[in-house]
Amino acid sequence: MVSGIFIIITSQNYIKKIVGLAIFQTSVFVFFVSLAKIIDGTAPILNSQNNVYSNPLPHVLILTAIVVGVATSALGLAIVLQIYKNYGSIEENEIKKEELKENN
Amino acid sequence: MSIILDDAPALVVILPLLISAIIAFISSPRLAWFITIVTLFIHILLSIELLLSFSSFGLIIYEFGNWPPPWGISFKLDGVNIGLQLLFSAFVLITTIYSRKIFLSEIDPDDSGKAYSLWLLAIGSLNGIILTNDIFNLFVFLEISALSSISLISLGAGTNRKALLAAFNYLIIGAIGATFYVIGVGFAYAMTGTLNMNDLIIQLTQYSEGQLAIFAGMSFMLIGLMVKSAVFPLHLWLPPAYSYAPSAVSTLFAALATKAILIFFVRILYEVFSIYNSYLILFLEYILLPLSLIAIFAGTIIAIYQDDIKKLLAYSSIAQIGYITLVFSINDNSGVLAGFVHIFNHALIKGGLFMAVGYLAFSINDRVTLQSIEGLGQKFPITSYALLICGLSLIGLPLTNGFISKLYIFQALYSNEMFLTIALVALSSALAVIYFWKIVEKLFFSPKGFEASIEDPAIYIPIWIIAISIIYFGIFSSPIVEFSSIASESLIKGGTN
Repeated sequence: MVSGIFIIITSQNYIKKIVGLAIFQTSVFVFFVSLAKIIDGTAPILNSQNNVYSNPLPHVLILTAIVVGVATSALGLAIVLQIYKNYGSIEENEIKKEELKENN
Repeated sequence: MSIILDDAPALVVILPLLISAIIAFISSPRLAWFITIVTLFIHILLSIELLLSFSSFGLIIYEFGNWPPPWGISFKLDGVNIGLQLLFSAFVLITTIYSRKIFLSEIDPDDSGKAYSLWLLAIGSLNGIILTNDIFNLFVFLEISALSSISLISLGAGTNRKALLAAFNYLIIGAIGATFYVIGVGFAYAMTGTLNMNDLIIQLTQYSEGQLAIFAGMSFMLIGLMVKSAVFPLHLWLPPAYSYAPSAVSTLFAALATKAILIFFVRILYEVFSIYNSYLILFLEYILLPLSLIAIFAGTIIAIYQDDIKKLLAYSSIAQIGYITLVFSINDNSGVLAGFVHIFNHALIKGGLFMAVGYLAFSINDRVTLQSIEGLGQKFPITSYALLICGLSLIGLPLTNGFISKLYIFQALYSNEMFLTIALVALSSALAVIYFWKIVEKLFFSPKGFEASIEDPAIYIPIWIIAISIIYFGIFSSPIVEFSSIASESLIKGGTN
């Protein structure tokens, strides 16, 4: 979780930032899935042998969250592509330099 | 007919989302705009129907698929959001009428179907944020609205490529905020086993002592929502996003996006976690109150030094959000009432200002800076006077609705004997005069003598509707105050039982 945020904050490269974001989100997904586990629990299938099963609801929630995460990454990469077309770079410090030159 | 009316709470969200999927394939700008208008017209009719059934039956809880809560997702329409729902409907309709020429001038006409598709997507999801009664469902709506608004902001790249950087920043910061919120939801779910807000309130009573996990979850949720609603110092995504977005888009978001999330923020504070009063007071007094005060000053002072008018307005939005969170941090009825009054009024004021500035940008075909608007007051008098009215209301002059806001804010602070805060708020209002006066001076008192040119009624009529409603609600403030008092009563009452 922390390493994801660390990457977002420290890296200058926009694609690396998106990777950091994906790591951060995935760690939260794992946190949710770990909440669902019950010791000796099996898949939630109704049969006579197993009465203990893991909670399926967090899995469902995370399925939704994964879709949202994919959409976020896709949109982010699309914007990075446009940034590259417009600025010729995807490094934050280079773009900042160019912006400063433009303002002066 | 009655089936449609029974499903009205779901339809106000689903209708824009559905039409948005269809409209993406339309290439004619006129047709796309027309379908959007028709959709939003049905939307406002549904909202009025909701208001009528709310006034006769009270609280409406809509269960999706007839699954009773806490199993199914539900929408809740109570005193807190009924007023905002109506304002939202009316405002998006006016903004869409206004948007036709302005929006199309800033994007590729072939893309207008897709642009209006995103527009409707943003509207539907923001409405979902207003209505939802399920904490995970809120996350989904938050992300739909964030993704659609990021795409809309990046459309501003047609005129200024900085829009791309603004959109990217918003994407990263917004996604971090939303993920923080989800972590909080995870903690709350782990402790209570429920996602439904009403059920959450009941389940939390078994932890009346307060468990560390719940406090952690609550903190994560609140911080996530603070990022999304741009509470200082988590506001850094907002000014560039609003200033480089197409004008019509900035109007929509400046007026409504952060407000919808703020409503949910107070719901979490005062309704869901209200049993942890001691923790709540700590959060309000030592975190939210100082941050709001800093926000008011930082926003206002940075706004004074801005050259670009859209950026200036965006920073002033930071200050205004500061006023709203300031009064929300007073833990009583009058504070929440004042907060709601200001949410309504500020939505009108900032919406009107962004509309007028957007029109000026459209007609001079350039960014509106303090230099480029020189003398435009003589050239475009109709729009400029509307801008003047909105601006005077932002400062809080009597006879405008901004004055009513200030009145209730001062009243709330005074009844809690926060005299130092009153002085600071008064000082910051005085500072707001400075940045607004800079605009007025350039607009109206410039040596350049321009002939008055013809203005487009399709654009200035929506702006004047806003300007007139600002004056109307400044004189007859009872509708806004009534909605706000219903909202604050139902929030605080929801806290006691």
